[in-house]
Parts: sequence; structure tokens; C-alpha cells
Amino acid sequence: MLRELVNRLSDPIISFPLATFAFYLMLRYYKIFGTKKFAYWTVGILIPVTTWFLADPNFFSIIKTPDNIPIIILLISVGFFTWFALHKAAINDTRIEEGLGPIEATPENREKVWSWPNLVYVELFAIIACTAFLIVWAIIFKAPLEEPANPTWAPNPAKAPWYFLGLQEMLVYFDPWMAGVVLPGLIVGGLIAIPYIDTNPKGNGYFTFKERAMAITAFLYGWLVLWVYLIIVGVFLRGPNWTFYGPFEFWDFHKVVASFNVNLSEIIWIKMLGIGLPKNLVMREIFGIILSLAYIIIIPPWFAKATKVGRDLLKNVGSIRYYIFMFLILMTMSLPIKMILRWLFSLKYIVALPEWELNL
Amino acid sequence: MSDKGIAKQVRETQVWKSIFRHGPPDNSRNRAAVIAGNVFLHLHPIKLKKSGVQLGYTWCMGGLTFFIFLALTVTGLLLMFYYRPTAEYAFNDIVALREHVPLGIMREIHRWGAHAMVITVWIHMFRVFMTGSYKPPREFNWGVGVILLVLTLLLSFTGYLLPWDQLAIWAITVGSGMAKATPFAGNAGPGAMLARIGDFVMVSDKNDVRFQLLGGRFVGEPALLRFYILHCVFIPLVVGVLIAVHFWRVRKDGGISAPL
Ligand code: HEM
Repeated sequence: MLRELVNRLSDPIISFPLATFAFYLMLRYYKIFGTKKFAYWTVGILIPVTTWFLADPNFFSIIKTPDNIPIIILLISVGFFTWFALHKAAINDTRIEEGLGPIEATPENREKVWSWPNLVYVELFAIIACTAFLIVWAIIFKAPLEEPANPTWAPNPAKAPWYFLGLQEMLVYFDPWMAGVVLPGLIVGGLIAIPYIDTNPKGNGYFTFKERAMAITAFLYGWLVLWVYLIIVGVFLRGPNWTFYGPFEFWDFHKVVASFNVNLSEIIWIKMLGIGLPKNLVMREIFGIILSLAYIIIIPPWFAKATKVGRDLLKNVGSIRYYIFMFLILMTMSLPIKMILRWLFSLKYIVALPEWELNL
Repeated sequence: MSDKGIAKQVRETQVWKSIFRHGPPDNSRNRAAVIAGNVFLHLHPIKLKKSGVQLGYTWCMGGLTFFIFLALTVTGLLLMFYYRPTAEYAFNDIVALREHVPLGIMREIHRWGAHAMVITVWIHMFRVFMTGSYKPPREFNWGVGVILLVLTLLLSFTGYLLPWDQLAIWAITVGSGMAKATPFAGNAGPGAMLARIGDFVMVSDKNDVRFQLLGGRFVGEPALLRFYILHCVFIPLVVGVLIAVHFWRVRKDGGISAPL
């Protein structure tokens, strides 16, 4: 019963909105999220829940593959450090509100200390702890080795290494040229661009949320919801043929998922207008092309005119930064938008030009 | 003779003095000397702000990333003694490593270390972001960091192929398959069909980016050799140089960030 419910809830159609909502709550109430009490409660609840998950043979068979251990370590570290950063931010923000300034700026913390022993001992401790951790890990878990390479027999599912599974999961919604080339390129370019776009001088050298709310929200949304969450989906919830399987579901190779995805051009020309698809390619896809261009070209200036947030942003950072920032945000949001369109309208491609290998 | 006596006597030998040219670091002069006089320790400043030494501030994640990189270099070198990157030997060499090396955990440390490095570099970036340490004057070093992040992923990815088992070739097949969809430069990418003269196709599966990456149209022996060289020589060298740049800039940009 309960397992059935968890299986249902973890379907991306439900778990993605849930993850987004949880993300919103986390930042909206970061001062509560960042308390020690909240952390203790979370750990207290997570331990029995995890045990319950592990007791399930189907879930256990996924988790026990040695190459999936790093993901558990990743999830624990991401969870802990997200909490820890917001914990420190909450303390500093309260101090700043009281006029005390961030804890990193107290006279005591500004004082200079000797690297020996203060810094080198911290490093020595970190190195020893890390070495011990790696050795224990290496003794408990043997490095995996499967059958010798066989180019004629593909395992199903064939998964990329876990750190690329977010990209592989994007393939559900985008063609490889977007999911594998354009979007990763934009992630790298966008990351490098961050310091040149974010002109807010505050929050340099100390933890804070309030003074950099927009930058932190945008970054954390991409990192936690669009990257880490998609990795979780790719690792735990995708089975043979990249079909969705709940965490407690057996990977049944015969599970058939009916999918009748349609293109925007088909929806408009056939369903709505009842004319049938025009022969001319550009004519056929004209609605999708216009929509996509409008999305990138019209929204930024409109946003700067129509909303206060946009107006202030444009004024503060100047137009070049503003348009680059908006472009990156729109490209980021194209993923959740495409997901939602898929779930609501079974939409396959907004622009479908397989003749030119150009599908959006 | 007490322990302290022995330590003192050792310190007074010619051998010791030839190696460490200063007394014990219990006064200011020697504490400066121990950092400045040691090629490894001199990566550090002699003194730094208290906020920057705290584990709660840096989480030591950049430091650990570097340490794991070093550990991977050492274990990787040891593995290279046993491993030949050919379709005939690669898999069997790994099997031999498993079965004939008593108490061998080098492969384990190398593999788990590689995963751990991906995690620590992500967390390091997250820390740098959350403390706003990419803001001026550290914009450039953030960029160097992003390249290091990409190279770390590529190191891990190229290494994934080397055991030459099913896990390896199919993970790399999936990953490298994306390259053929590169706009203009991949044979199945948008725009590739524009690049043709009459019947002559300029971008085909015999010369596109995926072919250059794999040295073939599928993950075969040429791909193994390419990934081996990228993994063991080329990418580590570039990473090494960039880490040097990264550390130099951490110092030149004013050390670990602190409130202005
Ligand atoms: C191989 C990968 C990397 C290594 C070995 C490395 C190492 C380090 C080390 C040892 C520090 C000193 C402070 C600390 O430990 O936090 C540091 C600082 C820094 N790193 Fe990295 N790093 C790497 C990747 C990155 C990445 C991916 C980024 C960002 C995208 C980045 C950006 C920075 C910046 C801006 C600083 C200065 C921080 C400050 O002043 O507070 N690094 N790095």
C-alpha cells in the first residue's frame, strides 16, 4: 500500500513538482530550515525511512551495485552541505539584521594567525580522515568488473556514469544535440559567466542568503533541482528502455508504457485547424518556430518593461548583462517547460524538423 | 633519556639540520621559516585571516580535491604497471590484478577516489558560490575552476572505459554518442546536411567529431588507446598546470576570501 504510494509519488510527473515545491519552501523558510533542530528532525526521520527503503529487495538491488555507492555519498554530502551553508547564512543574516555584521567580519576573525600550526593541522586532519575513508571504502567494496566488452550485445538499460545521468535524463525531453551538446555547453559557459553577470557587491567572503537572494535561488535551483534531482531519477527510477520504475518496483523488461507523443505542428494543423500538415517544411513548423523565437527574443524586453524585478535588474546590471542573464535563465527554464508540456499535452517537439535533424 | 631528549638530539644531528634549516616552529620566526622554506608548504601564505582557516568556512573541499587528485596520480601510476591498453589484454589485465595481487586495493582506491573527486569538486564549487568568493577580484579564478571541473569529469569519463568490460564500453557508447549530434560537426547533428557539395557529404560518420574522439565509428580498440592516453597523460598534465594557476591565483587574489 505505502510502497505503491511511494512508487506513484516518485514518478517525475509528481516528484518533479514536489521537488520544486520543497525547494521553494526550503528557501522561503531558510531560517527554519537552517536550524539545528530541523537538521536533527530530518536525520531522525530519514534513518527509519532509509532503512525501510533498504529492506525492499527491488530497491536494494539497485543500491547495492558498487557504482551506485558514490551516489549515496553524493546525496548525503549535498544534503548536509546545503543545510550547512543555509545554516551559516541564517546565522549571519540574523546578525546583519541586528547590525552586528557577518560572523566572518568580527575583529577576532579578521585577525591574522600563523599558517603553522593553524592551517596545516586542519589540512593534515582532513587528509588523514579522507585517506581513512577511502581505504575503508576500498576494503568493503570491490571495484566492479562485468563481462568482457561485447560490442554486439548492449545491456538494457545502458547508462552513462552517474555524474552524466542528468544529461541522459534530459534525453527524454530533448534531442541529443540539445541535451548532449548545447545545454552542457551553456552550463559551462553560464558558470564561467556568473562573476561577470552578478554585479552585486554584497556577500563577498561570507555566508548570506538575504543579501544575494536572486543569485542563490537561481544557482541552487539549477544545481539541486535540475542537476542533482535528475541524477537521482536517472540512477534510481529509470529501468530497461529508460522507462520509469518506482523505487519499489521490479525491473520488468516487459513493462509497456503507452506513449502517443505528438508534435506541436500536428496539434495545430491537424487537430485544431483540421487542414492537415502543409508540404512546405517551414510552413509546417511555423507556429513552433515563432513560439521558440518569441520565447528567446520577446520575453527579456517584455520582462524588463512589465515587471519591477525586471526593470530594477536591467537598471542595476546594464543591458548586456541583463540580456545574457535572461538568455541563460530562459535556456535553463526550457527544460522544466518542456517537461510540463510533455506531461500536460504529450507534446513531443515544439519544432519538429527531422529532415534537418533539428528538433526542439 | 627522556623522549624529549631523543627528539632534541635528533634535531641537533647534521642530517636533520641539513634537511630542516630552522628550529622547531614554536616561535614566530620559525613558523614563518617552516612555511617559506618548504616547497610544498610554501603554497600557503605565512599568515592568514582567522575566518579563512576555519573548517566551517572552506570545508577544506578544494584542498581535499587536490589531495584526492594526488592520490589518484599515485594509484594510477601503480595501475599502469599492470595494464596494457589493447582489446586483447585490457580486460584480462584487470582480472589478473584482481586475482593475483594479494590484498590489492589500488584499483579500488583509484576508482572510488575518482568518484570522490567528482563529489568534492562539486561541493567545493558550491562552497565558493555560497560564500560569494567568485566576486571581484576572483572572477578569473572561478573560470579556471570551471575548466578544472569539466576536466575532472572528463578524467573520470575517460577512465571509465579502460577496464574494457560491458559497463565500460556501453557507458562510453552512450556518452560519446552525444557527440554525433553536435550541430554542424556531428553527422546526426542539425546543420550537418547543409555541408555537402552535390553528392559529396562533408560531415559523415567517418570524419565527424565523434569519429575524432573515438578514432572510429564505434567504441573499439582505437578508442581504448585514445582514452588511455587522454586519461593517463594528456588530461592529468593539463589539470596539473591549471591547478598550479588556480593556487597561484588564490594567493595573488588576496588569499581565501573574507568580508571586505
Ligand atoms: C581540480 C579541481 C579543483 C581544485 C584542486 C581546487 C583547489 C582549490 C583550493 C585548494 C582552494 C583554496 C580554498 C579551498 O580549499 O576552498 C581553492 C579556492 C578556490 N577555488 Fe578551487 N579547486 C578546484 C576546482 C574549482 C572549481 C570547480 C571552482 C569553481 C567553479 C573553483 C573556484 C575557486 C575559487 C573562486 C577559489 C577562491 C576561494 C576563496 O578565496 O574563498 N575551484 N580551490
